[in-house]
Amino acid sequence: MISESIVPLFVAVPLAGAFLTALLKRVRGIPDILGVMSSFSGFVLSVFFLVRMQAERTVLVLNVGNWGGFQEVMGRIVGIQMVVDGFTIFMLLIVNFVAFLVAVYSVSYMTRYTDKWQFHTLFLLMLAGMNGVLVTGDMFNLFVFVEVASIASYALVGFGTGKRELEASFKYAVMGGVASLLILLGIIFLYSATGTLNMGDMKTVLSEWSVQPALIYLVFGLFLAGFGLKAAIVPFHAWLPDAHPSAPAPISAMLSGVLIKALGVYAIARVFITVFGFPRQVSIILLVLAAISMGVGALVALRQWDMKRLLAYSSISQVGYIMLGFGIGTPLGIMGALFHLFNHSMFKSLLFLDSGAVEYATGTRNMKEMGGLARKMPVTSGSTLAGAMSLAGIPPFAGFWSKLVIIVAAVQAHHMKLAAWAVLMSIVTIAYVLKVTRFAFLGELREKFRDIREVPALMRIPLIILALMCIFGGLLLVPQVRDVLLSPAVRVLAENGGM
Amino acid sequence: MSKEHEHGMSLIVKTVTRLTVGLIFLYGIYIILHGHLTPGGGFAGGVIIALSFINLDLAFGGKVSAGIFSKESTGVVEALGALMFLALALIGLQYGGFFDNFLHPDGEPGGLVSAGIIPLENIAISLKVGAGLFGIFLTLIVLQKFESESKQ
Repeated sequence: MISESIVPLFVAVPLAGAFLTALLKRVRGIPDILGVMSSFSGFVLSVFFLVRMQAERTVLVLNVGNWGGFQEVMGRIVGIQMVVDGFTIFMLLIVNFVAFLVAVYSVSYMTRYTDKWQFHTLFLLMLAGMNGVLVTGDMFNLFVFVEVASIASYALVGFGTGKRELEASFKYAVMGGVASLLILLGIIFLYSATGTLNMGDMKTVLSEWSVQPALIYLVFGLFLAGFGLKAAIVPFHAWLPDAHPSAPAPISAMLSGVLIKALGVYAIARVFITVFGFPRQVSIILLVLAAISMGVGALVALRQWDMKRLLAYSSISQVGYIMLGFGIGTPLGIMGALFHLFNHSMFKSLLFLDSGAVEYATGTRNMKEMGGLARKMPVTSGSTLAGAMSLAGIPPFAGFWSKLVIIVAAVQAHHMKLAAWAVLMSIVTIAYVLKVTRFAFLGELREKFRDIREVPALMRIPLIILALMCIFGGLLLVPQVRDVLLSPAVRVLAENGGM
Repeated sequence: MSKEHEHGMSLIVKTVTRLTVGLIFLYGIYIILHGHLTPGGGFAGGVIIALSFINLDLAFGGKVSAGIFSKESTGVVEALGALMFLALALIGLQYGGFFDNFLHPDGEPGGLVSAGIIPLENIAISLKVGAGLFGIFLTLIVLQKFESESKQ
């Protein structure tokens, strides 16, 4: 009972942190402390729920505003529900862990900018929105939290207020607005067809129909395009290569590491797999889009010289891998998808933070101008290497295992061509990853960079922790760990629509 | 605002504004306080209150409202409104749940003092929305002044 009632704290704590930061912006150090503490308490809460879930193995359902008693009177669920199951906890852990490390990193990094308190306020609002998306069990509530997180991220992308930042932010805001419109339209049609907004109710109503009305297919399309835009799957990816490089490095790490997953990938999985029971047409479309994303992202990334832009295209490619796992739809495929989602959060946020560290020290993101930084910045270059190897899928690093699981799942489901394509694209991935390490960190040190120094300790610690996660992330597959983290999440999705 | 309106609009507009601005303000408060009984509520009422301030600025030139309400204080009031809303939701945890209407035994249907915490939440929303909207307006004015100055 007690632990159910504190589910809303996932949203309430970051919100309170955001507004207290706005209120106490003048007091020195308070914005930093509130930013770090709020995201840390989110992480502590998710660990608490993980432990409790282990003990009781139930799905927690909370009726916001105590409307639960009206369920018998009205014959259906009244009010908003918050639901915490294995999948939710898995995502909450990733989001809050990355957010905490990013908050620690930004304490030093954001001194490059003015008005640091605004950064922390927006950052915490974005975190509140993402946590809200994860815990809510209500369709319209999902839309509201998607908007909270998105709007905060539009402002954060344009935080530098330079010409490029504002242009990228505007482009992102327009495309994100279109996505939100499509999602809202889909929810409206779905509500008119089913008469309920609660996801659990919706699922029951949908499964009782013997024939799906044509309207449902329209809803599929709207949701695929809307959430696809948020997840930046090709052909809905155009905003991402501009938005990610323009944002301050901690925000690039948040956007690529967790935002596109919470708002895009999680929402697609939740809506299509648990609510719609994963219809066959959708899984085929997902497989096609995943294959295109993997190819386009990786091949375009090869041509980039801006370090962050390269990483941004790489994100498109890697989200393709995650979608491939979901599209396959077998329990093994879903496990691979979730495992790769976890790994991608770790190595991509690490690599973006590293690119920020390089920019912090040298003032440039162009890899043609770098070189030989390994000698001057050992922590940055070492952690970049760990992240890059994980991204490229070199064995024992974490990324290798998740890609392996996805490819094995594809072979088992007789998608031979897709499996071959995934292998081929991971070779391309090695190529562009080598480009980063070769041009930025190896080779001759330039004359003008002779006096650069390693970044401050508060920036180094998150880099080291994330690098360790990239090296030892493969341990998630060890049965004891898998039963705690991955299996409950896979069970939620596989029970509902696994083929 | 163009240069000729630096000190406000014509005498007619100023006089009419002087007469109506108080009424607009009061109407905003009415909409907020009757939010649980009649159409409207915190959001609509907050917008109307912000409009009464914006009206002053438009009629008398950009400096009048600054004496009452600076850009700095809009931020403070906005944050306070949001925190008040959140605090009301969190107090509910003591009584059985997030957003629990812990005051609901009081009052009778249709009365002004009824609906428990909903009127209080309306007040919180109105602070947030009103101060936020007015803050946006002030920011836009500053931006426009900055632009016209840089043109000259």
